[in-house]
Amino acid sequence: MVQYPSGRLDASFAALSDATRRGVLERLGRGDASISALAETFHMTLTGMRKHVGVLEHAELVTTEKVGRVRTCRLGPRRLEDETAWIEQQRRLWDARFDVLEQVVAERRWKERNDGHPKRS
Amino acid sequence: MDIRSAAEPTTTMNRTTIERTSEQELVVTRTIDGPRDVVFEAWTDADLFRQWWVPKSLGVKLLTCEIDARVGGGYRLTFDTGTAEPMAFFGRYLEVTPPTRLVWTNEEGDEDAVVTTVTFESHGGGTRLVVHDHYPSKEALDAAMASGATSWNPETFDQLDELLQQLGERG
Repeated sequence: MVQYPSGRLDASFAALSDATRRGVLERLGRGDASISALAETFHMTLTGMRKHVGVLEHAELVTTEKVGRVRTCRLGPRRLEDETAWIEQQRRLWDARFDVLEQVVAERRWKERNDGHPKRS
Repeated sequence: MDIRSAAEPTTTMNRTTIERTSEQELVVTRTIDGPRDVVFEAWTDADLFRQWWVPKSLGVKLLTCEIDARVGGGYRLTFDTGTAEPMAFFGRYLEVTPPTRLVWTNEEGDEDAVVTTVTFESHGGGTRLVVHDHYPSKEALDAAMASGATSWNPETFDQLDELLQQLGERG
């Protein structure tokens, strides 16, 4: 199970409470981008964007990698937790479905037994 | 990357497991109490199928359910999801081998069809079901997972805004 240390949840909420940072996440959802490209998209200074990316990085919503002189940003490991959540959601759906299927099968058998043999087992 | 469900298979025989087994495949397993022929019937008879396919917890209503479980035959399910138009799920049966195997296509999407294979195996007094969804590409499965997950869309942020506001009011 994924553990959520409360400090990290706070970091996520703090990171997401800012409109620019949400915009950055939406933008990175469509593809990786350099800090300078992000600064340009959001009409900010490089220093301002670096701060925002730093907050997102601290919350593990974004990771960055420096290649040469360019620092590239992409969505961070928190995305994996979303996938795990999706998988668990699917599992619950199938689990609920199969529980009802089991009842339907039991009722069907009961009916067949009764129709076929007057004596109930 | 291990994204196996948090609820690992236990010794209980009726646990539902789900696993992304490859870049394009998702596999669900469960052992159902009951003989294989009856379980198979519940997947191919519309009157039985409609009783279990949409559990109450899903929060949608099954409006119609048509099943013609023959090779080349089709199925069509429509749901009331609270929007103006009912949502339709449909496809064709590629393989129908009672009581062991069912294969159908899911053609409601924009892209190539997801192909679902269900195998039915006698297991003690029960039936072991393996539901195997094969996606046309890694990207298609990634996209399905991302769309169902908490994606970074405006609605998510609206909900988050509300939550933050509530937390703020309480504090």
